[in-house]
Amino acid sequence: MAASGIPLEALQTSFALAPVPAVHWLVIAPPVWCMLVGAILIMARKRMGLQSWLAIPALGLLALMDAGLLVAVIREGPITMVMGRWLPPFGIAFTVDLTGALFNLAAGVAALGGGVAALGDIDRTRRAYGFFPFLFLMVGGVSGAFLTGDLFNLYVWFEVLLISSFGLIVLGSEREQLDGATKYAILNLIGTTLFLIAVGILYAMFGTLNMADIAAKAPTLAPSAPMMTLGLVFVAAFSMKAAAFPVNFWLPASYHTPRIVVAGLFAGLLTKVGVYALIRVMVMMFPEEGNAYSMLIGAVAIATMLTGALGALAQADIRRMLGYMVISGIGIMLTGVSLGAQTAISGVIFYGLHSMIVMLALYLAAGVAGRMGGSFSLHDLAGLYAKSPLLSAMTLCLFLSVSGLPPFSGFWPKAMLVKAAFDFGAWWQGTALLVSGLLTTIAAARAFALGWWRMPATGAVDPMRMQASEWVPLLALTLVSLAIGLYPEPLLALTLSAANGVLDPSAYLHSVFPAGVPTP
Amino acid sequence: MADRSPRRGERRGMDTLIFRTMAPYLTALMMLFSVFVLLRGHNQPGGGFIGGLIAASALAILGIANGVSAVRRALWFDPIAIAAAGLAMAALAGLLSLFADVPFMTALWAFPHILGTEVALSTPLMFDIGVYLVVTGAITTIALALEEREDD
Repeated sequence: MAASGIPLEALQTSFALAPVPAVHWLVIAPPVWCMLVGAILIMARKRMGLQSWLAIPALGLLALMDAGLLVAVIREGPITMVMGRWLPPFGIAFTVDLTGALFNLAAGVAALGGGVAALGDIDRTRRAYGFFPFLFLMVGGVSGAFLTGDLFNLYVWFEVLLISSFGLIVLGSEREQLDGATKYAILNLIGTTLFLIAVGILYAMFGTLNMADIAAKAPTLAPSAPMMTLGLVFVAAFSMKAAAFPVNFWLPASYHTPRIVVAGLFAGLLTKVGVYALIRVMVMMFPEEGNAYSMLIGAVAIATMLTGALGALAQADIRRMLGYMVISGIGIMLTGVSLGAQTAISGVIFYGLHSMIVMLALYLAAGVAGRMGGSFSLHDLAGLYAKSPLLSAMTLCLFLSVSGLPPFSGFWPKAMLVKAAFDFGAWWQGTALLVSGLLTTIAAARAFALGWWRMPATGAVDPMRMQASEWVPLLALTLVSLAIGLYPEPLLALTLSAANGVLDPSAYLHSVFPAGVPTP
Repeated sequence: MADRSPRRGERRGMDTLIFRTMAPYLTALMMLFSVFVLLRGHNQPGGGFIGGLIAASALAILGIANGVSAVRRALWFDPIAIAAAGLAMAALAGLLSLFADVPFMTALWAFPHILGTEVALSTPLMFDIGVYLVVTGAITTIALALEEREDD
């Protein structure tokens, strides 16, 4: 032992770990569960009847696990599990704090909603080509990204979710889809390659990939290392993934091409992973550099927000309009990241959760509208209100929510962000938030007036019924948005303390290194 | 001039007698070698990934020589299902540590005596077999799809 140079006490601590409490397994459960179910579904992919019977309960259980994990994190604070008991910083750590647990739960709920909606939207052929396995692998990648405490592992989960999303976006192999998928695939691969390059540079500088370890060492390394360069590569990589302004053209070019459930899940889940990674890296790990780039991120945020809202106003296809609304939402979140104060970060997290639920629901509503109206174009869509008042009521709620109007979930995070901007003295950012909100409201109102309120030229309209796989997830997600809007207190408190945990990661560090961060 | 292209339903593959005769033996030998590489991988060069690559190239050779349908018959299972079984096996290997009160993927060992020989069984081995199956299944799926394209 002495020859290897490792002190005996260190070896003893690594062998004498306390038994792992069962509840800590929830840290690793969501991604492992998704991989396991995904594998079983691939093996059973010829058994079409079995697929949905397996998938929907499995998604329900996943949402329950995610909720259990959130409860555990609220009770205990950040929880760490180290793979194979190789102590950090050497082993891969899964560390879940409130931010990760909240995002993870929203992703689980969105995945369940999308899975139920897929029962009606995804036909037999697309199921035979593996819709449900791809869905599980993608959701596994998303939750792995939210839960991991290791930067390279985060990259791996990015790749997992990206590759599964390639599978989902080409399901059906229509000409238009292949065109969208090519743009989506190439630009996203460039983004993740940039991320990989950044991780490589970081490993050369720090000699560690554990997020807590990096966060602890960043201040001591800052004077001697090219931290600003590193920070910029990370910002560029995550902005690409999140679809921020100059590098977001892949999103409107591809999100209207797959089936509506797939588009909704992408819109809900994928860009948020980019925002989450940006918070984790630029706010928690490199706060100095994040501050230095706040003007840049702020400018990018405003451009993203306004081009998104203007793009939404200019579109005739409702799916494309929603794609631009996703982008506008990313701009709103980036504004909060650039402000960096507790209320602002809390607003970002809140907005991310709201956006996961509401964007998925909006895409589902657009899917129903497209089926009933026979078209996704606002030139042809008309009279949906007469066809289905229930759909119209839910769509109106969702449009109000995405525009940030009370009493829906979009109002509170936007109010927090505007307040944070004016408190900070960044009146230009606050104004931009309000202007983009106004533009989004106009775009949503225009779509609603043309597609839903306008009577068709032919006059009479027959009422149509929504299928159960359409109204159940739509109603559930709308009610979630309404519930958050009417009673935001618990979520506000949670996001505030989540933001606290990101800005002052001492609890996160303590969870990874109970005996203190090792000094080199 | 007579049409020399194979008719539908006929054997497909590279049409040389030597290759066609040797390919099954070569494949069998390579499969055996891939298992050897897999098992020695814990302490020496080798392991599931490289073993899987060798197995996949063995199946690819059989496909080139005797046609894709011969490989599919020989495999019994769909290659992508083999890959999925490997993924499930790897995940389960990690989950076994749940019963030993240790974190996910912690190595667990057992040394049973089988026929008078001590055999080292472990969860890392199980994980590695999972990796082997994933690589074999996935690469074979790709290889067979590429080989099939010429026949259609």
